[in-house]
Amino acid sequence: MNNGAIVSLIDVHKTYRTGEMEVPAVRGVSIEIKCGEFVALMGASGSGKSTLMNILGCLDRPTTGHYILDGADVSHLDRDQLADIRNRKIGFVFQNFNLLPRTSARENVELPLIYSAQRLTHSELRERADRVLACVGLAGREDHHPSQLSGGQQQRVAIARALINEPEVLLADEPTGNLDSRTSVEIMAIFQQLNERGITVVMVTHEPDIAAYAKRNVMMRDGVILDDHVVSQRLEAASQLERQRAATV
Amino acid sequence: MRVAPTFTVALRALRRNKLRSVLTALGIIIGVGAVIAMVGIGNGAKAQVEAQIASLGQNVILIFSGSTTSSGIRTGWGGAGTLKIEDAEAIRREVPGVIGVSEEVVSTTQVAAGNQNWFTRIYGESADYFDIRQWPLAEGAPFTSQDVRSANKVCVIGRTTATQIYGNENPIGQILRIKEVPFTITGVLTPKGLSTQGVDQDDIVIMPYTSAMKRVIGGTNLRNINVQIADPQQLEAAQQQIVALLRQRHNIRPGRDDDFTVRNQQEIAQAATATSRVMTLLLGAIAGVSLLVGGIGIMNIMLVSVTERTREIGVRMAVGARGNDILTQFLIEAVTLSSVGGVIGIVCGVGASKLLSVYANWPTLISLSSVAIAFLFSAAVGIFFGFYPARKAAALDPIEALRYE
Repeated sequence: MNNGAIVSLIDVHKTYRTGEMEVPAVRGVSIEIKCGEFVALMGASGSGKSTLMNILGCLDRPTTGHYILDGADVSHLDRDQLADIRNRKIGFVFQNFNLLPRTSARENVELPLIYSAQRLTHSELRERADRVLACVGLAGREDHHPSQLSGGQQQRVAIARALINEPEVLLADEPTGNLDSRTSVEIMAIFQQLNERGITVVMVTHEPDIAAYAKRNVMMRDGVILDDHVVSQRLEAASQLERQRAATV
Repeated sequence: MRVAPTFTVALRALRRNKLRSVLTALGIIIGVGAVIAMVGIGNGAKAQVEAQIASLGQNVILIFSGSTTSSGIRTGWGGAGTLKIEDAEAIRREVPGVIGVSEEVVSTTQVAAGNQNWFTRIYGESADYFDIRQWPLAEGAPFTSQDVRSANKVCVIGRTTATQIYGNENPIGQILRIKEVPFTITGVLTPKGLSTQGVDQDDIVIMPYTSAMKRVIGGTNLRNINVQIADPQQLEAAQQQIVALLRQRHNIRPGRDDDFTVRNQQEIAQAATATSRVMTLLLGAIAGVSLLVGGIGIMNIMLVSVTERTREIGVRMAVGARGNDILTQFLIEAVTLSSVGGVIGIVCGVGASKLLSVYANWPTLISLSSVAIAFLFSAAVGIFFGFYPARKAAALDPIEALRYE
């Protein structure tokens, strides 16, 4: 549509109705995210960042305003059309991983492909899932169940699941919220690595030191964007890990 | 629709909860098994009754003498003595389609041979009787029309009578004393078993009706006349003609009641099978209730499962599952439970009825149609009771579902 923006929100409002009361959660947000950006969406709880994330993830529709994703207006699509958009263009990573229990890592990663329009054979599914799992450093753990994996490994399975359909945007909702600091850095390293390969990442977080791994920070408060700036002193997760490793040896 | 992968997903989900899946299917297994076994027992009983009725012979019309009242005492059917030998001859002569007529007189008396004696039933019949009843002889020969005409002192005996008097000896050619009259035994009948009323049909002595009238029972009246018609299509017409003929011969004015009763075998069969048909229906209905309970079990478990897997549903929706995909998945789960349960139930039901017929000696009859109906019904139960939970799952809001604790 314009100058390589993959996501653009134009005066988006979202109002929830609880009984007689109307609760505005997002009150006029306009933002453009270009292809290849790494954006951290920050704000206290109740700031509207989760609502905005749901809209960006096509899980919810704006009450008014427009959402242009990859050049197409998706603000007023119906449930099934939104499901298809999520399948083709968006990868989700959640705070609590949201893996299917008692299901192998491979089957978890295959999940989006099951609902994809492309017809893949059983072995093609398997092959693709294993390839993506290897990308996030989980080669050899394809048959492990979530309960047999650490938190960081579970989150990597979730990232692999988000990547399998080669989405335009990777949306992460507090991806490090349930992880210790070292594992958080590992996850950030994966995100940065993916971002370098050209994948657009939008991540919600309330931790400033996690937001520092992104290229751009967007602060929200009371349903509007308060601040939007490029990160000047960006942290490099990979080199941090290297230093830590060197220190422990 | 993406049915094939959804099918895999549904089966995986069932495998993840093996015990629960088995217990849920158990409701259907018991239901279907009960339906199959119960209907099998009912049909078996019906078939047995039908076989007994058929042993009366094919296309048979029975004419009984009417009852009479003499100084206030009513005699019951056959007591009036209104049926004469001439009536039977007139039927043989005048009614078209008749292929056999047997004049019948009946009595009970003591019979003796050597130092053995036995109380049994004496039937006087014509030579056609063995054809009409489809009752061949096991050994020896039946008496002939010549024996009937001459009122010869010959008889054939049933298996029970033979065993009671002669034991293991061959009775053919032996002398049987009936009311001190010596009869020569010409044959032994094949065993026929119990009648629908539970009477041992093999405890019998059959002789020419002329001999019975003259030498054993006395009198010239027939208790009844057995008539066999060639073609079942002619049964009704022949019955009407017999009624008309007998009314005319007995000089019954129009408007007056018959002094005889005519029954055909189909009427008797219908009356006898009505009971077992009602029994089959009743047993089937009770078993059907347990199938219904099984269906409710499926619905219950599917509802629990939808609640429990709300988060899973949310994840599936987030990665692109449409409402229809979720609906199909849960519907397939329900239908798989019910139809796999149905198949196992059919096997169990068939097995149970086989066991019953072997160990309890109950006749059972499994028809292909009852198996097919039971299977289709169990699949339908899955769809019916699975639909509501599946629709509930499909209607979930992905955001709510993802947040569900």
